[in-house]
Amino acid sequence: MNCDELLAMLNAYVDGAIDPGVCETFEKHLADCNPCQVVVDNIRQTITLYKDGQPYPLPATFHRQLHAALRQRFKQIHH
Amino acid sequence: MTTTLTDDFPLVRRAQAGELAAFEELVSQYEQRVYTLARRITGQEQDAEDVTQQAFLSALEHLADFRGEASFATWLTRIATHAALKVIRKRQGLPTVSLEAATEEQDTYGSVPHPEYIADWRESPAELVTRGETRQLIDAALAQLDEKHRLVFLLRDVEGLSIQETAATLQLSEANVKVRLLRARLQLREQLTRAFGDEQRRVMGGHAHE
Repeated sequence: MNCDELLAMLNAYVDGAIDPGVCETFEKHLADCNPCQVVVDNIRQTITLYKDGQPYPLPATFHRQLHAALRQRFKQIHH
Repeated sequence: MTTTLTDDFPLVRRAQAGELAAFEELVSQYEQRVYTLARRITGQEQDAEDVTQQAFLSALEHLADFRGEASFATWLTRIATHAALKVIRKRQGLPTVSLEAATEEQDTYGSVPHPEYIADWRESPAELVTRGETRQLIDAALAQLDEKHRLVFLLRDVEGLSIQETAATLQLSEANVKVRLLRARLQLREQLTRAFGDEQRRVMGGHAHE
């Protein structure tokens, strides 16, 4: 497996959805290839950063407006 | 953010039965997540508000149709994504139905860019998320992606939809979702590593070995 082939398999590897046979070859390449190893780490960290990042709070005015609109519509539907 | 709250079902049932408090609880649980997704898709605060309101109103209209085949979070993410795309298409002056036509050109692995800046990060993601400037930085990186790549990354990696669900939501083939996801991940990695990478531990040299 060369670096290009590794790149094409990267998603499946990072998602743990790789075929076990291929995974072995993949990890063998990683063990001998520091740049690829760091790229894999970087990608995992990138995903984690977005996943675990803080969501945006709703602006207070909008929050009130949203809940008022939804309450009103809910009552229309259920009465 | 992506904790799958599979225990939503009783709450959804109560909301479906007409209990306002249950519905409001669902909204409170998901409003930040929907708003954040909307902000990241549209890139604008005002649009994000419109999208969030549209999404929850639409969820309310169709609440009776929710059967729990997917999680409530996934169902809501799909609704919010469609609402966001509608706003974007409108802004671009495109007919709202042209999502597939506008985006279903096939990306190929051949055109995937090679990693250039390779370095260990100075801090772990856990440390980075506690910093105020991180959110700005990661959202700026996200904003630089093509819309088609950004959407796939947001749905799959941030919202936690499966490849299949992402493909269905965006009306794309699964193969296309996978290539776009790879491009998105690589491009974000490149940008974030330039920001967070440790210059001292940069891996140099040609990276085209056999």
